[in-house]
Parts: sequence; C-alpha cells; structure tokens
Amino acid sequence: MNWVRVNLFSSWPNAITTLVIVWLAWKLALPFLDWAFAQAIWTAPDSRVCRDAKGVGACWALIHEKHRFILFGTYPFDQQWRAGLAILIFLALYAISALRACWRPWLALAWVAGLTAIGVLMWGGVLGLRYVENERWGGLTLTLLLATFGIALAFPLSIVLALGRRSELPVLRLLCVIYIELIRGVPLISLLFMASVVLPLFLPEGMSIDKLLRAQIALILFAAAYLAEVVRGGLQAVPSGQYEAAQALGLPYWRMTGLIVLPQALRISIPPLVNTFIAFFKDTSLVLIIGLFDLLTTVNVSIGEPKWVGFGIEAYIFVSLVYFAFCFAMSRYSQNLELDLAGGAAKGGVR
Amino acid sequence: MGFLRSGRSRALFFQIVALAGVFAALAFIVHNTMLNLERSNIASGFAFLGREAGFEIGESPFIAYSAADNYGRALLVGMFNTIRIALIGVVLATILGTLVGLARLSTNWLLAQIASAYLEVIRNVPLLVQLFLWYVLITDNLPGPRDALNPLPGVFLSNRGFAVPGVDSHPAHLWMLFALVAGLVLAGFVARWARARQARTGQPFPSFWAGCGIALGLPLAVFLAAGAPVKLDAPQLSGFNFQGGVVLTPEYATLLIGLVIYTAAFIGEIVRAGILAVHRGQFEAANALGLSRQLALRLVVMPQALRVIIPPLTSQYLNLTKNSSLAVAIGYPDLVSIANTSINQNGQAIEGIAIIMAAYLTVSLSISAFMNWYNKRIALVER
Repeated sequence: MNWVRVNLFSSWPNAITTLVIVWLAWKLALPFLDWAFAQAIWTAPDSRVCRDAKGVGACWALIHEKHRFILFGTYPFDQQWRAGLAILIFLALYAISALRACWRPWLALAWVAGLTAIGVLMWGGVLGLRYVENERWGGLTLTLLLATFGIALAFPLSIVLALGRRSELPVLRLLCVIYIELIRGVPLISLLFMASVVLPLFLPEGMSIDKLLRAQIALILFAAAYLAEVVRGGLQAVPSGQYEAAQALGLPYWRMTGLIVLPQALRISIPPLVNTFIAFFKDTSLVLIIGLFDLLTTVNVSIGEPKWVGFGIEAYIFVSLVYFAFCFAMSRYSQNLELDLAGGAAKGGVR
Repeated sequence: MGFLRSGRSRALFFQIVALAGVFAALAFIVHNTMLNLERSNIASGFAFLGREAGFEIGESPFIAYSAADNYGRALLVGMFNTIRIALIGVVLATILGTLVGLARLSTNWLLAQIASAYLEVIRNVPLLVQLFLWYVLITDNLPGPRDALNPLPGVFLSNRGFAVPGVDSHPAHLWMLFALVAGLVLAGFVARWARARQARTGQPFPSFWAGCGIALGLPLAVFLAAGAPVKLDAPQLSGFNFQGGVVLTPEYATLLIGLVIYTAAFIGEIVRAGILAVHRGQFEAANALGLSRQLALRLVVMPQALRVIIPPLTSQYLNLTKNSSLAVAIGYPDLVSIANTSINQNGQAIEGIAIIMAAYLTVSLSISAFMNWYNKRIALVER
C-alpha cells in the first residue's frame, strides 16, 4: 500500500496521471488483448473464417499457414530442414559468442567451422545434398545470413579504417576519413541501389556478381564505416600512457597495436559495438527495396496473396516480434556486459 | 629495401602505395564503366535533366508540376518533399522525444514504465516494419472518407489520409514571417546590449522576456495592422474525398508518424541521459548562490545538459533525414523515390544515384561542420 502511495499517488498531478493511464489502458489495451488473444483465430482451413472475424479477432492462422514460407522463402520445400538447421547453427554461434568463458582463440575456429557448415548446408552439391542456387534462399535464413556475414566481414575492415583514421600518416588518414564520412553521410538505400544497378557497370566485361553478393558487399561497406567510428571511440579511450609504455619497451607499431592497444580498445567498445550490431540487424530489412527475399519480403509476399490480403497487421506484428526477439536479446546483453565490464574496471582496471 | 628502415621514408613509401592503389582502383572502375556504358548504349552526363519526365508525382505542395515537366523539376519536387518531411519530422520528434525522456524520469512509476516499454519496443523493431504497419493500419483499417473517424472537430481520419483544418493563406502572413525574423535579430541585439551593460554596471536586464516580446510582438503588430486576416478552412467531404483544409496523404501521414515515433524513442534516451548528466550538486550550488530556480535552470543546469544532449541529438536529426529515404518503400515521392523512377525510365543510374548522394552529403557534411564549430564553442575550457 505504501508503495502505491509513494509511486503512484504522491501528489495531485501524479494521481491524475495514474488515473489517466489506467483509463487509457482500459480503453485501448483491453480491446487489443481481446483482439489479439481472446477472439483470435489460431488455425483455419481457409481464410474465410478469418474474413468473417476481421476487426473482431486477429487472424494468426495466416502465420500458421505461411510460416514455412516466411522463415525459409522459396527454398525447396522438402529440403527446408537444411535452412532450419542453418538457423540453429547461427543461434548456437551467437550463444557461445555471448558467453565470456568462451572468449578464447578457439571461438574464431568455431565461427569458421560454423559458417562453413552453413554454407555447405545452404548450397549443397556435396555430401549427397542437392544443389540449391542462392536465388532460392530466403526468409529468416537470408536475414541472418546477411546480418552475420555483414558483421563478420565488416569488423576487420572497420578496425583497419579506425586505425587508419588515427594514423600519423596524413594521406592514409585522409583516405579513411573520406571513406567513413562518405558512407555515413548517405542513406543505406542509396548504397543498395548503387550495388544493385551501378556495381555491375564497374566490372570488366564477362565478369558478374550475383544480386545477393552485391547486396552483401554494400551492407559490409556500410557497416564497416559505422563500426569504424565505434572502434575509434575505443582507441581514443585507451590512456596515452599505454601507447607511451609500449613505445618505451621498443615495440614497433604493429606489435604495439596488436598486443597492447587493440585488446584494450576492443574490450572498451564491446557494448557500443553490440548497439551497432542491433542497428545493422534492423537495417538488413532494407534489402526488401532492391528485391531480395529477406524475412520482411517473405511476409510482404504472403499478404500479397489474394487469399490473405487484408491481414497485414497480423503479419507485421509477427515479423516485429521476430526482429524484437533478436534485438532485445542483444540490447539486454549489451547492458549487462556494460555493467559487468564497468564493475571489472572498478575492481582492478580493464585487464 | 634499406630505405624502409628509416621511419620517415617508410611512411612516405606506404602513403604513396596506398594512394596509387586507390587511384588504380578508381581508374579501373572508370575504364570499365565507360566501356560498359558504350556497349549498352546508355547515355551519360546530366543532359537528361532537361528532358521531359513523363511521369506524374502524387504530391508536390510547393511547386507546380505535371508530367510534361522535365526531370530536373521532378527531382526538385522530390527534394522539397524530402525537406518537407524532414523539417516537420524533426520538430515533432524533438517534442515527443523530450516528453518521453521526461516521462522516463517521472516519479510516477506507471508513466516511467510505459515510457521505457515504448523505448524498448520501438528501438528494437526495424523502421521499415513499423512503416508498413502504420501504412496498413491507415489504408486497410481506417474507414473510408464517408464514415471517417472524427476525433476532434474538423479533424478527419480516413483511409484516404488525414484532413485537418488549415488557414487560408494571405499576403500578410508572409510579412508576419519577415517580422518574426526581424524581431529575432533585434532580440539578439538587445541581449547583447544587456550583457554588455550588465558587465559594465552590474545591473541585470530581463533580456529573455524583452527578446520574446520583440520577436513575437512584431509579427503580432503586423497581423493586427493588416486587419487580423484569419479564415479557417475546414475540410469538407465532397464526392469521394475531402476538400479544403490540409489533407495529408496516407503516404505522407505514414512516413511522418513512423519517423517521428521511431526517432522520438532515440531522442528520449538522449534527453534522459543529458538531464541525468547534470550533477545534483550543481543545482544546489546555484541555490546556495542565491539564484532563483528559473535562473539556476537557465544559467547552470540547461547549458550543461545541452552540452551533453546536442551532439547526439544532431546525429538523430541526420538519421531522421536519411531514414526519410524509406519513403520509396511506401510510395511517398521523396528525392530517392523520384530519382529511382527516373533511373528506371532512362537507365542513367550513375547520375541518378550521384544526385541522391550529393544531396544527402551536402546536408550531412554541412551539419557536421556546424556541429564541430558548435562543439568547439561550447566545449569545457579546461585548465
């Protein structure tokens, strides 16, 4: 009772706010819950049942009916276990990377092994698996592929760019600044357009890169610029005494960077790096605009079918939940890690 | 390779190699592109800007446009549409974001919880998904114009867009705008004079209120002198849609709602962090010096909070502007979407994308140059 008085009714304005919120919840949240759960249709033989209930109850039957297509796109139906397994491998890789006990050199090996396995599963053509060309990849698998490969390949590039931007060589510094500011100054969609229509013109005759790879390249170049700024922040946070001590020991530039500076800088920048990962994961949805079959596109195509036209809200709520699950997990993880690292720093410095 | 051992010449060597590498890559790309363009018979250059565009644009509220106009004009319409969404979006997102940031700090537990739930949900779902959701909400789930929702007098929400009352334009309104600008400049001079006088004589002058009076009083005087010309123009249902007032198309409304709600979530966090960054002791010290609560806020707390808030806030404004390019996915004719149409028609992709990039780069780079200048100005001067 005391808690209620202190937190909800401490003063007149406070009490009025509380009452207004409760009233709004009554008027808005209850009907929504009624629509989303109580009156919802979970399975239906066809969409007629849903049409009769439109506006009264949500039609989750749409998701039930189309979930294979939404998750895996046009991947051959009888082979979709392969795409499903690839998603599981992705999740396992994310999970072990999140555990600090696993931050050991073998983690890099696990990633190489995992990504190779995913490649083999998705393409096939070996081990008795049927070959599946990458135009048929889609859905959640494709979203995870674009996001994971994007970050995995952009990260090394971003370290080079960040070091270049902090370099004492004016020409290198200028080149890195131009690259980073150029990419950060334009919308991602213009880079994706560039990858889909202009990049083919840049290549010599007879050489071509397929659409998926082109989009992936654009995403990597885009992510690298943003990650580079985060890494640069980490580099700036390393006390200059560390640089000076390393120089006093006579370490040359690359060993000073690799052994002393980068390990500290990267550790400091892990929380903001995870935040950049979240932004990038969300940004992969833009490949819809250049016509790749990612998670959002498969949802869009599903509700474009005459049978399911008009159930967009249900479909977009579902896809929001999928994105939310990934991003929320990452953001909670980054918050905990920040507290953890701050605690470690308070106890005995960043080690 | 002995010269590589000396630091100086090694540095020079690496830089020359890097520069040569970049130029070689650029030359390779340009060479290939020329050959490819020649082979596929695509024209190059910006001559196409003067040719007839031949496509209609859904909305161009500022300049007249028809399909017979040229590409240059079409792109200009797109540019204005981008500015139209970005400016209004920035203003509304700042207001909503500040409210959300304050709500998170509220002593009312319920309000704080709702604000943080809003932040978590909005920040963890892609903007594009949110835009699609708003779009189907408006176009699929609102009633038609005949039985439009009418939450406030004169405001109609229907699947054809939102109609709100507007004010009929009058020449005096333009003069009021000039008067406002003149008033602001004058207020600036008054503030300067007041500061100089206070430094000289120690006498304070209420320059803030005087400035407000001048900046708002001048337009008001013009308004009254012109005979207070206000004619409210309420939307009326005629035929299948609303006439009169200001009608926001579903596309514009979607983009505005989506961008404002998305960006406000990020601004809310920035505002909260800025307020928390000012130490309680600062307020207490100002009190102890005998400053009134208002003066303490204005002279002690706000300058420190703003120093933390403004740099990330600017980058959110830039993000909003760049994110407005998602208009192409829902069909609002912004710069990117019109450039895209033009590319699809005439195949001149390089020029089209160059125009998009140049436009956004100009805005981004000039704002970040301004930010650098501003940061230097307000940075703490340390001993």
